[in-house]
Amino acid sequence: MVTSLARLALFADLTTAQLESIAHRFDEEVYAEGQRVIRTGLSGGALYVILEGEAVIRIDGIARARFSPGEVFGEISVLTGEVPNADVEAATMLRCLEIPGADVEPFLVEFPKVMYRMLQAEARRLRITTEWKS
Amino acid sequence: MEVVDRPFPPGDYDVVVVGSGPGGLQTSHTLSWLGVKHAMLSRDDTPGGMFRRFPIFERLISWTKPDAPVDRQSREYEWYDHNSLVGEEPEVRGLAPNFMDRTFDVPSRAEMEAALAAFVERAGVKVRYGCSWTATRREDDGRLVLATTDGEYRCRFAVFALGVTEPWTPPIPGAEHGTHYVQTKPPGAYRDKRVVIIGKRNSGFEIGHGLLPWARQLVLVSPRPVQLETLAHSPLRLRYLQPYEEYVRGGAGTFVVDGAIEQIERSNGDRRVVAEGTTRPGRLVFDADEVILATGFKTPLQDLRDVGVATVLNDRVPAQSPFFESISAPGIFFAGNVTQGSKGMRKHGAGPNSTSVNGFRYNARVLAEHLAERLGIARERATVEPGALVDYLLRELSCAPELWIQKNFLARVVSAGEEGLRDKGILPLEHFLDSGGPDAVAAAIEMDPRAVIHPTLYLRRGGRIEEHELPPHPVHAYGGPAYVREAVSILKPLTG
Repeated sequence: MVTSLARLALFADLTTAQLESIAHRFDEEVYAEGQRVIRTGLSGGALYVILEGEAVIRIDGIARARFSPGEVFGEISVLTGEVPNADVEAATMLRCLEIPGADVEPFLVEFPKVMYRMLQAEARRLRITTEWKS
Repeated sequence: MEVVDRPFPPGDYDVVVVGSGPGGLQTSHTLSWLGVKHAMLSRDDTPGGMFRRFPIFERLISWTKPDAPVDRQSREYEWYDHNSLVGEEPEVRGLAPNFMDRTFDVPSRAEMEAALAAFVERAGVKVRYGCSWTATRREDDGRLVLATTDGEYRCRFAVFALGVTEPWTPPIPGAEHGTHYVQTKPPGAYRDKRVVIIGKRNSGFEIGHGLLPWARQLVLVSPRPVQLETLAHSPLRLRYLQPYEEYVRGGAGTFVVDGAIEQIERSNGDRRVVAEGTTRPGRLVFDADEVILATGFKTPLQDLRDVGVATVLNDRVPAQSPFFESISAPGIFFAGNVTQGSKGMRKHGAGPNSTSVNGFRYNARVLAEHLAERLGIARERATVEPGALVDYLLRELSCAPELWIQKNFLARVVSAGEEGLRDKGILPLEHFLDSGGPDAVAAAIEMDPRAVIHPTLYLRRGGRIEEHELPPHPVHAYGGPAYVREAVSILKPLTG
């Protein structure tokens, strides 16, 4: 998994030892095409980093956006402490790093460079959403 | 000349089960009870699987309480007995304590092996021993063909209960200068030696604990810090924590450190382990007489990747559906501790107990029922009177061993239909939540991030799921008036 993590921009600032530590601390999960990763209204979620494959976000069954390797999802529910208002499912076979909700804050505080890169990605998403709405 | 009548000659079967460890035995036993014709093959010559050899230091970590306040043949006893297989008939239940000499509170390896052999004998589980599965292919009609040393077996469904038993070593430069856990010698061989153990999970601590009285210096090293919060809630693992206790109290010569291994070097008979600190940056160098790689195991999948089986956890375990089918190769199922590849809901990041007998015995029963259903062997499901639903579910939440051992993974499901409420049995929670279907309820036991246990009801109404987490109770008794009131209100849409 270290090799997969090292390829992602999100973790570009970390040393090999730090990547090893992350790979040993958090689990890799694999989802079949169509399998649900996040469920509307259910608590206890996690933050997911896509290692391989794609995921699709659905609201009331309608596909709204697609995520690719290196992208993060699940963060809104974890950071706000509220249950998700959308489903996320695997659009292809999907391989993710899963950081359980309770571990997200200590993880981001331990690796501020990852937090900064995540904020950049969130800003880009927000800009796209704003452009789309205007 | 003695003629040995071996069961299950090569040929066509609905299901073929491979492996005679506890996972394979439980699957075969329940399949037989359900009336599913199947073959059961094993390369070994006696039952028991990994317990014929492991754990190295001969003690299990899961316990059995011989003097529980319930009958050993009852379902409730399973809650106290984490090592017996689950007999579908009372006379084959709760066998493990019969073989414990009680010099320790957990069974020894030999006691566990004897209990499994007794289960085979008393439950009449038939196994074709000495038959090794050698290759796999799929026919044009989708059927699977398992080539074995005795000939070919054709089947619609194959269940591989192979264990996670093949040594796995990460790609560490110089790893060949160490020996894997499975090659660990008797403890006396490490007398007065400097030993570095790479790995701080179960097998690392098991070896560390075993060598602590013998080795001159003991170092356990791996990238991930010891997860004290997790261990504090896992009495199973505390059993091996003496090396850690020794380290934190400043005992001489024992170190438990966090470092990513860069390489293992060898010169003049000595080993040198070089690591980069993870929780505390800096170079770590340990000279050693012996390096033991307690880096875990992988499933001996042989050629299953070639027929499309996808894997997870560093390619060590096949990725599985809620019913333990390969997510990428239809018809190929798994049983035993390899079912850790079926992740379940992982609410708050917690996984099920599928790596140990207490959890995977239930997975095997769920699998057997699923296969029977796929083969059209319908099982009569009991009806539940609407007025009895609340008490029934609260009782299940209070003491169903399947729910308590496989938390947030298995659930009791009751479904509404034209003929009233039907008990659908124990099912994977993930399947219930994602499969759609008629209005229904699933009852599960769950744990929050602070390790507080909550009984939880999931109500399916018009295809939508509502989650109702009930409050915790200090002695886990969920039958009181407050619980009844809340459950009555939640279940109103089903009971009318």
